[in-house]
Amino acid sequence: MISVYHYMSVAAILFAMGTYGVLTRRNAIVIFMCVELMLNSVNLTFISLSSHLQNLDGQIFVFFVMAVAAAEAAVGLALMIAFYRNRDTIDVENINMLKW
Amino acid sequence: MYDKLWLIPFFPLVGAIINGLLGKRFIKNEKIIGAIGTGAVFLSFLVSCKFFYQLVNDSVKIHETVVASWMSVGNLQVDWGFLLDPLSAIMLMVVCGVGSLIHLYSIGYMHGEEGYYRFFSYLNLFVFSMLMLVLGSNALVMFVGWEGVGLCSYLLIGYYFEKQSAGDAAKKAFVMNRVGDFGFLLGLFTIFWALGQHGVWTINFVEISENAHLLSGDMVLGLGVTTVATLCFFLGATGKSAQLPLFTWLPDAMEGPTPVSALIHAATMVTAGVYMIGRMNVLFAMSPMTMSVVALVGALTAIFAATIGFAQNDIKRVLAYSTVSQLGFMFVAMGVGAFTAGIFHLMTHAFFKACLFLGSGSVIHAMHHALHHAHLDDDAQDMRNMGGLRKKMPITWATFGISCLAISGLPFFSGFFSKDEILWWAFASTRGNKVVWVIVVIAAFMTAFYMFRCLYMTFYGDQKTDPKAKDHVHESPWVITLPLVVLAGLATVGGFVGIPHAIDVAHIGNKLDTFLAPVFHHSQKLHNIEAHGTASTEIMLMIFSVVVALVGIGVATMMYLKNPDMPAKFTARFSKLHRWVFNKWYVDEAYDVLFVNSTKKLGIFCWRGFDVKVIDGIVNGLAKLIGAISTALRHTQTGQFHNYALTMVFGTVVMLAIFILN
Repeated sequence: MISVYHYMSVAAILFAMGTYGVLTRRNAIVIFMCVELMLNSVNLTFISLSSHLQNLDGQIFVFFVMAVAAAEAAVGLALMIAFYRNRDTIDVENINMLKW
Repeated sequence: MYDKLWLIPFFPLVGAIINGLLGKRFIKNEKIIGAIGTGAVFLSFLVSCKFFYQLVNDSVKIHETVVASWMSVGNLQVDWGFLLDPLSAIMLMVVCGVGSLIHLYSIGYMHGEEGYYRFFSYLNLFVFSMLMLVLGSNALVMFVGWEGVGLCSYLLIGYYFEKQSAGDAAKKAFVMNRVGDFGFLLGLFTIFWALGQHGVWTINFVEISENAHLLSGDMVLGLGVTTVATLCFFLGATGKSAQLPLFTWLPDAMEGPTPVSALIHAATMVTAGVYMIGRMNVLFAMSPMTMSVVALVGALTAIFAATIGFAQNDIKRVLAYSTVSQLGFMFVAMGVGAFTAGIFHLMTHAFFKACLFLGSGSVIHAMHHALHHAHLDDDAQDMRNMGGLRKKMPITWATFGISCLAISGLPFFSGFFSKDEILWWAFASTRGNKVVWVIVVIAAFMTAFYMFRCLYMTFYGDQKTDPKAKDHVHESPWVITLPLVVLAGLATVGGFVGIPHAIDVAHIGNKLDTFLAPVFHHSQKLHNIEAHGTASTEIMLMIFSVVVALVGIGVATMMYLKNPDMPAKFTARFSKLHRWVFNKWYVDEAYDVLFVNSTKKLGIFCWRGFDVKVIDGIVNGLAKLIGAISTALRHTQTGQFHNYALTMVFGTVVMLAIFILN
């Protein structure tokens, strides 16, 4: 029987992977994908707990998160295109102009 | 009956507001501005006359009216209240009467001046403040007037503010007055506190007088509480009335237009100190020590200022020192307990000194026009440029001469009665002192001398004006001469309200003494203040002082009329002494060394030492410290995305750890 703990564990693993990706990858697109991964791990947590607690609130939250993630993807990709046009790269090591 | 008292200060206030706000843009016309200013004071004069008459015929002599409540704090209730008693009634008549004459005079004197409206606005504001001072029924209302007249004095001395010397003189007057005002406030606080100890929280004059006996045993700082308070009040009086040590502002105040000198610096404002002592006579009478100080300071001022008057060549400065000296006489009177005589001399002095100042103004006016006509830059106030004006300006000469006779104290002129009353009290009063009497007699001799010196140098001998301007000196118009004539008339007959008992052959009685009795007699009786001596002694003293005055006049005649080259020889013979007297005994210089320079140094220390180094050091140091910390911290902002992300994750983990472990 797959219990809520299993779901939670998968979500935690997914979240850790996403975090790791965000911290180590240099390609902005990949970092972006990792962020999506983290969001989805959160969604998974919501869903599983919603089912476990017999409460629909979690599922409604997931829809919100998905909508926000979609909007964020659009804005993020647009930003990256704009950046690429200026700098010919989307390597985050080069996105460092906003400093002292 | 008396509830319309507020009308008296109301008119000048309205005049000041109308001329001040509308004069420049809307009225413009000199005639209308002058008429508003003069009319406002004249209306006050009429109202004052009405109340004066009413008071004379009233059996109750002290009336208090409250217009509105000012403030009510704890036990203290302060009202906008007015007090009409014989003392304030006489002051009202002097201020409004002399005031309206001088306003009338100003119409002619200030003709064509820049800022004509400003002059009349300030002058009206002055009269308003002076009336508040005189009428105030409690010390705070009086203080409002006290400060108001100081302000107006400042504004009017600095009337020709484009002149450096006028601006400086105005500042000097204001600062020295502030020193005195500080004393006034301290005195007021002391009395308020001391009476409060007995459960009477008041600053109302009538209530203070009624409760003053409570203070008789109180001590503070090792002195009687009344002594401390009255000494503080007297410091206030020395500032306002230009006594030693705070007298040096008054001669400098002559930078103002001449009507201002006549009204503010001769007839009214400078007598405020004398009036204030009269108002608080109950307190002063309780402290023989303060009274002696007052008498002594008055006497010393009288003689000291008179010596300086010997050597001045500026006609207005001679009169200024004469004013300081005459105020000294008034303080002597207050100090020996002759309150009535002090107020009497205040009144007669207002007449003859205003007349003298206005006469000098008439001369200066004529000289100025003549010199201007001839395109000369000679000093229009220097008596060495005058002489022989008697024929050119007969009315001015006659009135000036009468006033000189009055101030010298020749028999049956007003100054004779008031001055001899003071001398008699100084000699015979229970609070009197022979030393003071001697000093005052010498001062009286000197007064006669320098006044006639001034008269001779201006009106007699050869005319020393530049030949080009000589024939352009003319008598002034009627608006100038009319006040002169009226004042000279008052200076002649004004003394008959106070005929001393000893020579009262017609049994007219001392009207002034009787009138002022409700204000002064109580404290005089209570503290046993009286002049005792026989009528023959009094007459002897009178004859003596007349002889003294005649000798003074005689010496002046000999030196300045008969042998015009004698003064020059005299100054050559005593050149050192002359230099000291001419430079006013270097009092200003001494004050510069003692007070002004050290204050300046303190100021510079506070500025360069304290403000620049300490205050600015703290402020700038804080800014620099924050800058340094920021320089160190800004390196944490690498701009590297991964650093931020890692920090965020790390922070989140730490917070979670804390949350879970707790």
